[in-house]
Amino acid sequence: MSRGGRYWVLAVGIAAVGGALAWAFLSMPGFGGGFHPYRDAAVAAALRHSTANVVSSVNFDQRGFDTLGEETILLASVVGVAVLLRPLPGERHRHGRQGGHVLGTTRMLVVVAVPLTLVLGIDVVAHGAVTPGGGFQGGVVAATALHLIYVGDRYRVFARLRPIGLFEQAEAAGVVAYAAVGVAGLAFGGSWLANILPHGTLARLVSAGTVPLLNAAVGLAVAGSVVVLLSHFLDQRFLSPPPGTRHAPGDGTQP
Amino acid sequence: MYPYVVAGAILFLGVIGIARSRNLVHAVVCLAVAQSGTYVLLLTVGYQRGATAPIFQSAPEKAGYAATLVDPVVQALTLTDIVVSATVTSMLLALAVQIAKRHDTVDPDELRSLRG
Amino acid sequence: MTHDQMANALLPAVVVAPIVVACLLLALGRRLDRPTIDVVAIATSAAVATADGVLLSAAGNHRLVAWLGGWRPQHGASVGIVFVGDQVGVGAALVAGVLMTCALAYSWRYFENIHVNFHALMLLFLAGLTGFSLSGDLFNMFVFFELMGVAAYALTAVKVEDPTAVHGALNFGVINSLGAYISLMGIGMLYAATGQLNLALLSRALTARGPDVLVVVGFVAVATGFLVKAAAVPFHFWLDDAHAVAPTPVCVLFSGIMVELGLYGVARLYWVAFSGTLEAGTIQRLFVVLGVVTAVVGSVMCLLQRHLKRLLAFSTIAHTGMFLIAVGSLNPVATAGTAVYVVGHAAVKSVLFLCAGVLLNRFGSVDEFTLQGKGRDARLTGIVFMLAGLGLAGMPPFAVGLGKVMAEEGVVRAGLWWGPVLFLLVAAATGGAVLRVGARVFLGIGRGPGAEEAGAMSGDEEKRELATGMTRLPVTMGIPLTALLAAGAIVGLLPGFGDQAALAAGRFAGRAGYVAAVLDGTTSYGASPAASAGWSVEGIVLCLASVGAAALVALLGLYGTALPRQILAVLRTARPALHMMRSVHSGHIGDYAAWLLFGVGGIIVLAMLPP
Repeated sequence: MSRGGRYWVLAVGIAAVGGALAWAFLSMPGFGGGFHPYRDAAVAAALRHSTANVVSSVNFDQRGFDTLGEETILLASVVGVAVLLRPLPGERHRHGRQGGHVLGTTRMLVVVAVPLTLVLGIDVVAHGAVTPGGGFQGGVVAATALHLIYVGDRYRVFARLRPIGLFEQAEAAGVVAYAAVGVAGLAFGGSWLANILPHGTLARLVSAGTVPLLNAAVGLAVAGSVVVLLSHFLDQRFLSPPPGTRHAPGDGTQP
Repeated sequence: MYPYVVAGAILFLGVIGIARSRNLVHAVVCLAVAQSGTYVLLLTVGYQRGATAPIFQSAPEKAGYAATLVDPVVQALTLTDIVVSATVTSMLLALAVQIAKRHDTVDPDELRSLRG
Repeated sequence: MTHDQMANALLPAVVVAPIVVACLLLALGRRLDRPTIDVVAIATSAAVATADGVLLSAAGNHRLVAWLGGWRPQHGASVGIVFVGDQVGVGAALVAGVLMTCALAYSWRYFENIHVNFHALMLLFLAGLTGFSLSGDLFNMFVFFELMGVAAYALTAVKVEDPTAVHGALNFGVINSLGAYISLMGIGMLYAATGQLNLALLSRALTARGPDVLVVVGFVAVATGFLVKAAAVPFHFWLDDAHAVAPTPVCVLFSGIMVELGLYGVARLYWVAFSGTLEAGTIQRLFVVLGVVTAVVGSVMCLLQRHLKRLLAFSTIAHTGMFLIAVGSLNPVATAGTAVYVVGHAAVKSVLFLCAGVLLNRFGSVDEFTLQGKGRDARLTGIVFMLAGLGLAGMPPFAVGLGKVMAEEGVVRAGLWWGPVLFLLVAAATGGAVLRVGARVFLGIGRGPGAEEAGAMSGDEEKRELATGMTRLPVTMGIPLTALLAAGAIVGLLPGFGDQAALAAGRFAGRAGYVAAVLDGTTSYGASPAASAGWSVEGIVLCLASVGAAALVALLGLYGTALPRQILAVLRTARPALHMMRSVHSGHIGDYAAWLLFGVGGIIVLAMLPP
């Protein structure tokens, strides 16, 4: 289809869908209103299980199976990217220096920021049930710490601190741990992912039953996933193309 | 209702971006833009004027506390949605990398392998 | 073990088990040799299928309900996620499990260079398919929908060295994701309207609310994502691209169950959540119009292909069109017919794809004209292929024929008198196209490509899937082939299969029963009217008629250029239209996105027009 034809098709679609959406939005409850039946039930349920962070209660307790599914999606994408970006016959890893110049202050900043970021990540995971944050957020922050080393132009150090096999196993272990808590719920509580541990006191570090455990499992899986995922993309930069292709080495996306 | 309209508009902008795109990386990012429309919609649906974050510092003393919090459920859904977005984007970018290698182009206009 | 305990344990287990095994394979993969990985993956998939079978037999007596996390409803409401198993949902999961087992067995020596990752992705894909079939929560369905999607995009592009594979996978990923996001917009709108995500709670809230514009637009938006998966025209473009390029065992799952699950999602959504609210006439019109367009486009495009896998992909689109009409007629017998049809279609279409894989690995091509006569010595593959082609056209005793007859009876009862004619034409076109290819490849008859075929996408680009070439049919490929073909015929002959399907479809469409089972715990089905559906003389005649028509279509395809000149001149007048239809399938992601939005607009208009 020509560009013009495509824009006409799109314009008709947008006109129809946009009109219908606008009309439908008119009958939605007004913005900022107080009609939230699920919220009322979810907040009460969170308090029953002594979970201070209601979002975590929804994610890890009330709708914990969504989170298992989501972990699995993350795992599938990591495996998928590993398959898609595998070195093909003829492509070899080049172990060269990174190009470009990095300021001394940047390196300095990285040295300071790496341990802080790592601790922050672990803290966010640990307090998932009581303060904003949780396994996802903390896991991503922890993985970021490792990649700060890369920013600081320490690819060799970075590569040594990043044994991919270990991170792959951490990721798989995180998902298995999540499922194991689910099975324990079935064995001792009669249904999958039942919150079987004592709930403790609201807003204490150890409270909310299985929520902190599930947070830790997710934190492990997410940190592992992000590191492995990014490693595949970073490695693309260090792949030499098989002889005979036209594009410049290291130019993953530009023709 | 204008926040809802903003959500719809973001979705449309993403789709328009994909339709106009001359670079697959751009198209994949436009897809992520389209998805952010869904975050905005979910969060605006859960918002309540004057309400606070759905996190307790201590056990509430009187009943009716739930009505003073914004909806935590849509926030949880948004979190899931964000993870989905990140995974789909990474997967599609990996495909874009491979398309660049196999076809020597990332312009959808020049990809002619799947016609008819 | 009581009924309740079994449901609680087993319904989630069939989803979690493949996930855990996939993780273990990934963690230990480097230490395992390839046969071990193959055996573990096949055994897991077979165990899941067996568990699905146990669940299916239990679901014949009661609805199975499992509240995850133990959040059983109190005062008729719950904050948790529920899994519900009735015969249709568990049956879909069972089909997925069986097809996965066959596909994994078939891929015994496949993709040796990516070792464990292929199996892990397949198992995660199975978890997505199963979870989507069983979930009773709208957002949880979205999660498993995405899991299916992410695994499927990667599986489509497993052959990354193939330029078409990466292109097809990207188109697939972008269009499916876009559809999913429109679904999520719809979920957000319905949540705003009702404050619920659970299908049963949503059903109660919507029935109390009544059909306003928000509900209609919300339904259409959520259904869009599922219809993209179901490849309804104009959301179908990803399907022919992805099927043409995906590895053969993966195509089996795509065509056999993933596409059909999209349709299942729409039907589940309508019957449970919306059937008490939306006007039945409007919904019927919407799906019938969509179905007719889909069936016609799929059939015509199917006839125009020379790339065998792409031809089979368009045949799946044509069949989806028929399923849409039958399910959209809202008649229980037609729904039952669709269920039987889907099972039969899964069997024969899988066989056809696997045969295409055998040809590809042997001759390095899936092009009808390149392969002409090459398959003369491949006796078994040839016989299996032709039988499956006849089955696809509706030959008794294949389940396809039984399902088609039941669906035809149902749509006529729903007032669509022209239904059987259209079904006959679609079966003739898709079956005929397959028989034409079979005759050309395995018998070597027929003329060379005409002007129209010469311009079509060739099947020579397709890359082999086995590292080493093969000369004869290995046992690991032969067993799934013959087993699936036999299954397609045996299911059609099972006494009482049609009756059971009719009963199951009635229960599937029972909104009140589903809601009561989920929220009040009354899981018994209650009295249902005795249903009888099965082979009849009339049905067999209809089936034989469509097989005859298919043979005619095949002959025309083989020797059409020998027709008298006057007739050819008349036929030639259709060429511009055909050319246009072909050029719409451009492989361009921008076009597909525009068509997607155009389609949503069209459905909304259909849903809003006065009845």
